[in-house]
Formats: sequence, structure tokens, C-alpha cells
Amino acid sequence: MALKRKDLLGIRGLSRDEIDEILNTAELMKYILIQDHKRTPHLQGRSIVTLFYENSTRTRLSFELASKYMSASMANVTAGSSSVAKGECLIDTGKTIESMGVDVVVIRHPVSGAPHILAKHVTASVINAGDGINEHPTQALLDMFTIRQKKGTINNLVVAIIGDILHSRVARSNIWGLTTMGAEVRVAGPATLMPPDIEDMGVKVFYNVDEALKGADVVMGLRLQKERQMKGLLPSIREYTRLYCINKERMLLARKDALIMHPGPINRGVEISSDIAEGEQSTINEQVTNGVAVRMALLYLLTRRNKDAVY
Amino acid sequence: MLCIKNGIVVDGINPEPYKADILVDGKEIIEIASEISTVADVTIDAAGKCVLPGFVDAHCHLREPGYEYKEDIGSGTRSAAAGGFTSIACMPNTHPAVDNAALVNFIKMRALEERAAKVYPIAAVTKGLKGEELTEMWELKKAGAVALSDDGKPIMNAGIMRLALQYARGFDMLIISHCEDLQLTGDGVMNEGYMSTVLGVKGITRAAEEVMVARDIILAETLKTPVHIAHVSTRGSVELIRQAKKRGVKVTCETAPHYFSAADEWVDGYDADTKVNPPLRTADDVEAIIEGLKDGTIDIIATDHAPHHRDEKEVEYSLAASGISGFETAFSLAYTHLVEPGVISLHQLVEKMSTRPADILNIDGGRLQVGKTADITVVDPAKEYTVDVSQFHSKGKNSPFHGRTLKGKVVHTIVDGRVVMENEKILV
Ligand SMILES: [Zn+2]
Repeated sequence: MALKRKDLLGIRGLSRDEIDEILNTAELMKYILIQDHKRTPHLQGRSIVTLFYENSTRTRLSFELASKYMSASMANVTAGSSSVAKGECLIDTGKTIESMGVDVVVIRHPVSGAPHILAKHVTASVINAGDGINEHPTQALLDMFTIRQKKGTINNLVVAIIGDILHSRVARSNIWGLTTMGAEVRVAGPATLMPPDIEDMGVKVFYNVDEALKGADVVMGLRLQKERQMKGLLPSIREYTRLYCINKERMLLARKDALIMHPGPINRGVEISSDIAEGEQSTINEQVTNGVAVRMALLYLLTRRNKDAVY
Repeated sequence: MLCIKNGIVVDGINPEPYKADILVDGKEIIEIASEISTVADVTIDAAGKCVLPGFVDAHCHLREPGYEYKEDIGSGTRSAAAGGFTSIACMPNTHPAVDNAALVNFIKMRALEERAAKVYPIAAVTKGLKGEELTEMWELKKAGAVALSDDGKPIMNAGIMRLALQYARGFDMLIISHCEDLQLTGDGVMNEGYMSTVLGVKGITRAAEEVMVARDIILAETLKTPVHIAHVSTRGSVELIRQAKKRGVKVTCETAPHYFSAADEWVDGYDADTKVNPPLRTADDVEAIIEGLKDGTIDIIATDHAPHHRDEKEVEYSLAASGISGFETAFSLAYTHLVEPGVISLHQLVEKMSTRPADILNIDGGRLQVGKTADITVVDPAKEYTVDVSQFHSKGKNSPFHGRTLKGKVVHTIVDGRVVMENEKILV
């Protein structure tokens, strides 16, 4: 038993053992998901709240189902981005939720570091479901889980992450996780969407996507937010697509059995072509299933910590 | 009469400290001698301590009028006195902004009611700090403004900045420039670099500061007029100023204690008390700032004391207010990071915290000399202590140095011959 944390705020700082334990537990949880009777008592009597300051149907639903499959009481709070701007105090909101007897708060927030601030001020466990451009740890865990299930191991695999690295919390969490697990991580994208000094995080930087794809075992696309073009970071979506879209032709450069991953939702034909997204190598739908298993594992492991502390 | 006995005097003139007593009558220093036998009404024993000219701060924010929930002239001057500052120059970015003579007079009047430190108003360069139209600089000077600045905001329009430097020259008014290109800052909230990448926080490129430092140097150089660069924080800025000084440009500059005591790694954990503008830079910049202080490129240390309310800091990092409550740690940080490791002498620190700031602002103070005003700060260089923001006299408890152990502490502060702090206790 390695995971003894109160919170899961990011992949940064997680040890190999901790990641292994989460992924191993997720294997067990995945069995529950393929049963007809999807109900276990793991979280009986536990109370979980999702606190979302940004819309995300899929992540919120994934947490909700994970909680319900394990018999927890759960509620969703949708605060919306406007309440951040209005200055409603995050700490006050957190304390109010906690006062209602909540064991785990799952937070999504447009500001990097918001879950860290919340975690400092509440005794409940906090799970980061995406903070600003910082991290999205449960996404990275489900990605790593998917890779491990498909490839048997993460160690020594070549993983190419393609697209808007600068604004991607998925990329950042995956970089921390995959490098910890022994993969060679390559990042590729336009220079205006590449964070400074990212090499020092242990990745190889490519501005030419073809170079990055050569011999890759896993190719991970990222969602391109259309507003990046409006901010002047890209001259046009058209040029982006011509240079960086993951398509059939480019995929010939990767290994034949390479996985194609994407956190969704997809901009078809922008960062990834439709045929590739739906092709045999794509794990996109399986990633969604695995997301529930990984979140079940995390909720179980974090609340078990609480139990240990109480008894 | 007041006599400060047995202290080591660092007077701001002689590079060598010497043991002497100082006798004060009324507001004036009347004798400095190795042993004064005159019986004074009040005697302060400064054995084992250093007696310095009171510190002069060329850059602070007192928040009155308009933001009294952050700080007011009462709490701000008590905080200054606790930090050993006897004269402070406050920035005009209040609400309303100090861009007219009436407001300059208001601040002077309020400062006379609160007598813990002498307050010198800095007035705005442009009306409403909007960067568009020049203020009535002559009237502001007549009312008592000691310098002009739109601090908090840059003057983005180079044409307006040039006109301001030109017009102010006619009245010998110094312009203090907050160097920041807002287009380059964008929505950044910490230094751009490896740490911003690691923490997933939008970065502010050092270029945002440096292109404006370069611009203002060039404007001052072509006009042959002085300019003062506020809160220098990067290696590039130090180098630009070093080269400009070599060419004879009349540029002076300041840095703040946090730029030689803290770096962007401190942002890890997202504690908004580390949020300040310009942002905490890298360890390499810290090194360059220290070199600049050592070789004289950086003329003075100013606090940029920027108190904020707890509620503005205990929030998400990018939503938090920028600034550090700086009066009460300034000397200790400078002593710990500059004097103790032998980078500069205590005499040189006095030059940077008392003598030069007084000269740059052209105000009284900065030297201990017979006939001069008795603005005196007594420090205990041996005292180690742990910073505790709950003990701050400032309303602003926003300091990233909370919990840090520092060496060197201010123990007594004397303003115009009055003891305003004795044994670390504020008396006013
Ligand atoms: Zn400023």
C-alpha cells in the first residue's frame, strides 16, 4: 500500500509505486464495469461532491458514475466560470461543502493551482479534475492505464504528444507520469504553443511532427482550442492542420502497432483526421471506459486513507 | 535632549564605522563624539548595536485615500517606523489617484497627524494614471510632490513618456518609471521560464520589463534628462542600466528586497503571497541583482511596500492581488543576504537605504552629521529572529518571508529627534 496522500492534486511528485498502485487497483475496478450488476460497497457511507467551475460533461459524469457504482452518496455543484470572476471565495465554498460532511471534493477550475489552495484549507480529500493549464491527473492516469493494458508496460515506450502543449493540462500530467514510468516522451507542436524550457521536464521537443512520430509506440493528440487562433498564436487553423494534423499518411511514420489516443472531445479534421480517430489503432472510446475504472480506483484509495486515519 | 550612547556609528559619510555617542536637541543632531558627558533627558544605550541614518524609502504604497482596508497613512507609517524608515515616498496609485495639488496636500496633512515617519508624496505623471495627458507638474511640485510616477502601470505610449520627461525637466522633477510592456505581459502572472512550465501558470517574459527599460534609457539619453527605473528585477535590466551608466546616461534605479532574497521557485504551492509585479525571477536574476548592488549599477534599495487585504491574497493565484508588504522585513533581508555574506558593507547598505534615496529624491536625511535632522535608526546586527506577519504593524500581512529566519533587526527609530520606536515597541 503506497498511496497515503490526502489529495490527488497532480501527477507531479507521484512516485512510480504510487502510480502502479492506482493502475493496479483500476484493473480490479474494470472488472466491476463489465459486470451486469455494477454495484460494490467500496464507498458505502462515503460522500463525494464534484465542484466544477468549468463545463465538462464527460469528466463530471465519469466521476459521478464511479461514485455511484461504488455506492457513495454524491452530488454535483456546477459553479460556472462566471462565479470565479465574481470573486466568490473558493475557500469559503470549499469549507461550506465540507461542513455538510463531504469526504472527497472533486474540483475542476480554470485557474492553475486552485485545487492546491482548496486542499490547504479543507480536511476532505481533494481530487484535481483539471486546473487551468496545469494538470489533469485523472486523465493522465487513465491514459497510462490504457497504454499499460494495451502494451503491457509503459517502460521504454516512445510516446509522442502532438499539438497545443502550452495550454494542455493533459500534456503536462502525461509528461510527469510517463517520464516517471520510464517512457521516452516527445512533444511536438507550433513554437508559439510550446512552453519555455520544457526540455528540462525530461522530454524531447520537435517542431516537425513527422520527426516526432518516427518509431512512436503511442501517438497522443490534444484538443486545439479555436480561440488560440484569435489570440494570434496561430495564423490559421488551416495552416495548423496542414502542419500538425495526425492523419493516415503521417501515422505510417509511427510503429505499425502504435496506439492513437486523444482525451476528447475531438475537433475532427483539425488535430486528428476522422478515419484515424475511428480506426483500429484508436483507443479513444476505451479511454472513456478506463476513465471510470481509474476514478473508481482513486476514490477508493483516497477514502481508504481516511478510514485508516479514523480507526 | 536625547543621547544615544555606546553605539557603532555608520553615518552615511565615512566608510569606516566608529564608536561614538550622538546628542540630539530638538530635531537636530548637536554633537557626535566618542564620549558625551552632557546629561540628556532620555538616554538610549546602543552598546553592541549600530546607529545609522534613518532609512529613506523611495517607493511605497500607503493606499490612502481609497484603499484604507489595505493600509492607511497611520498603519503605513507605523510599519515604516518598525522597519527603521524615517522618511518614505508614497506612490500615487490611490483612489482617486494623486494627480492634483489638493490630493498632495491631503496626504501631507494626514501625514502630519500620523507622526511615525515623514511622508513625501509622489504624484502622477499622467491624469488619472491613464498614460494619456500630463499632470500639472509645476503645481504638484509646489504642493510638495517630490517626484512623479504612474507606478502600478507603465506609460505605454512612448510619445507621452517622452513628453513627460521633457516637461518635467523644466521643474527638476524626477520621473520614476514602472517598466512593463503590457502587451508582452499578457495574462501572465509569474516569471516565464522553467518554473512557469512546471507549475502550469502563464508566464511573464523578462522582455516585458527589459524592452521598457531600454526604451526609457534611450528616451532619457536622447533628451539628456534623468530617469529613475523602479523595481529592477532581471539580469537584462541590470545590464542595460550598467551600459547606459557607462555612456553617461542620467539613469538611476532601485531594486526591492524580494528581488535579491526570493526566486520563482517560491511560487511552487501557489501561495499568492509570492505574487508580485514584476514577478519573482530566477536564481540567475537574483545573482545579477546582487552583482548590480555590489558594483553600484543599482543605486538604491526601495521596498515597493504593497500591502493587501487577506481576502485579496487567499484566492486562486491568477486572481490574487500583486504585491508584498515590505517595510518590516526590508532591513533584515538586506542584512541577511547582502551584508552578512560580505557582498556589501554596512556602510554601503546605508548608502543604498538612506543616503542615496534621500539624494535622488532631493529630500532631507540620509546622513548623521552635526547640524542635520535627527532621523536615526538603531539596529542589532546580531539578532536572529523568525518573521511573523501577525506581528506586522502594517495592515498588509502579505509576505512570502513569513516563517523565515533572518539576521539583523531594527530596534530603535528616531524621527525628527522623537523616539517613535524603542526596543522594537512603536510609541506613536
Ligand atoms: Zn511598480
